[in-house]
Amino acid sequence: MNERKQHIMKFLDSGMRFDSRKTDEYRSIVVDESPNKNAEGFARVKIGETDVMVGVKLAIDKPYPDKPNEGTMMVGAELSPLASPEFESGPPGNEAVELARVVDRGIRESNSIDQKKLCIEEGEKCWLVFVDIAPLNDDGNLFDAAALAAAVALKNARFPKVEDGKVNYKELTEKKLPLSKLPVSVTVHKLGNHLLVDPTPEEEEAADARLTVAVIDGKLCAMQKGGEEAITTEETEKMVDLAIRKSKELLKYI
Amino acid sequence: MVYKKRLDGRKFDETRKIEAKTGVIPRADGSAMFRIGQTLAYAAVYGPRELHPKFLQDPAKGVLRCKYNMMPFSGAGDRVRPGTSRRSKEISMVTEKALLPSVELEDFPNAVVDVFIELPQTDSGTRCAGICAASMALADAGIVMKDLVSAVAVGKVDDKVLVDMTYDEESYDGEVADIPVAMMPRTEQITLLQMDGEITKEGLMEALELAKKALKKIYEVQKNAIKQKYELK
Repeated sequence: MNERKQHIMKFLDSGMRFDSRKTDEYRSIVVDESPNKNAEGFARVKIGETDVMVGVKLAIDKPYPDKPNEGTMMVGAELSPLASPEFESGPPGNEAVELARVVDRGIRESNSIDQKKLCIEEGEKCWLVFVDIAPLNDDGNLFDAAALAAAVALKNARFPKVEDGKVNYKELTEKKLPLSKLPVSVTVHKLGNHLLVDPTPEEEEAADARLTVAVIDGKLCAMQKGGEEAITTEETEKMVDLAIRKSKELLKYI
Repeated sequence: MVYKKRLDGRKFDETRKIEAKTGVIPRADGSAMFRIGQTLAYAAVYGPRELHPKFLQDPAKGVLRCKYNMMPFSGAGDRVRPGTSRRSKEISMVTEKALLPSVELEDFPNAVVDVFIELPQTDSGTRCAGICAASMALADAGIVMKDLVSAVAVGKVDDKVLVDMTYDEESYDGEVADIPVAMMPRTEQITLLQMDGEITKEGLMEALELAKKALKKIYEVQKNAIKQKYELK
């Protein structure tokens, strides 16, 4: 155990975190919904100093042959080296791919998007929904910030005009995406016997394990365990309980 | 043809509205935001730090390394495919060369100063906005500099020389020249000069004079933004 982790643990044992938060307390959350001129949907979420932008682009393409009457959603993430000294240039690494896939599954498995309504012409044309995650500053808990920003960006997205089968991106219609309720993600980290939410980068690094839980209507729709150490069933139950409880707070921002 | 009035109603020597701020990315050693009209650029500076791979190190001085990137949702029209393109590679390179004459890296042998530029929203003049933001971020990081670098695109539409063209003006049906210029405004030395289109030598010299005037104004905005971070509230 390195020295920093020892300090973090010592603090937690006496019920404290470096920034004086409680273990189940998020930093302040700010959701900026001002639109982006070139994205059909956009949101910027700040949790403490973590700052993430998510843009939604819509395009018309051919549906997949096995799902001829459905549109598609794709989530991408690029961890630009602008956002953290830990990020490196180049094609998306494991971290970026995991982030994109965890956010993707949260939205997909919640069935928030009615994929059938994204079909324009069976077997020929459908809408493709690109959700791109771009962090500006990583001060911990990118997962929850990105998932929240993705949900808000999707909620705000509007279809562009279609003229002669081609998309005219210069004009957006009033029509929004076929969405029902959207999920929120809460990531719970385990350090020794302690469970905490919304970690700083120091806490993320020191954590033994983490569990990201996507919650919709009080039910779970996707999960991802990360970290090097195992967790017990009892711990899993506690982590899920905490995630469900905190999800109610996050839901207010969508 | 005669270009009488600009498409967005600006005067010929008037830039779009400019906003600038430093210290916008707390994890970076220096950072800045520069917005001109609808074009928005963020720049972060990391370093001086050790340069890997090692063979890129220069034992005589530090290396400046720039990377320009458009976010996937930032472009007008189709989604921009993530990753480097020929265009972004070239812009990264000319940005590096535009900033290099302004920085003093002799004290940092074998080190690198990394400059990352990201554009969340673009109209036109992205490389210039990126250079303005990057130069402010370098100053914010405390890198020793001879001067800031300010950049703007000047150009010609039909018979008129003008500053800070929009995308609509660039694609105007007529004689168009687009000239991105970067300068160290104090000495008026040019560090970036590119041109696309059609222009006479006289037209070019006239455009450069116009650039000088516009860049002095941009320079003031940049300087104020750097100072603002240290003002007592």
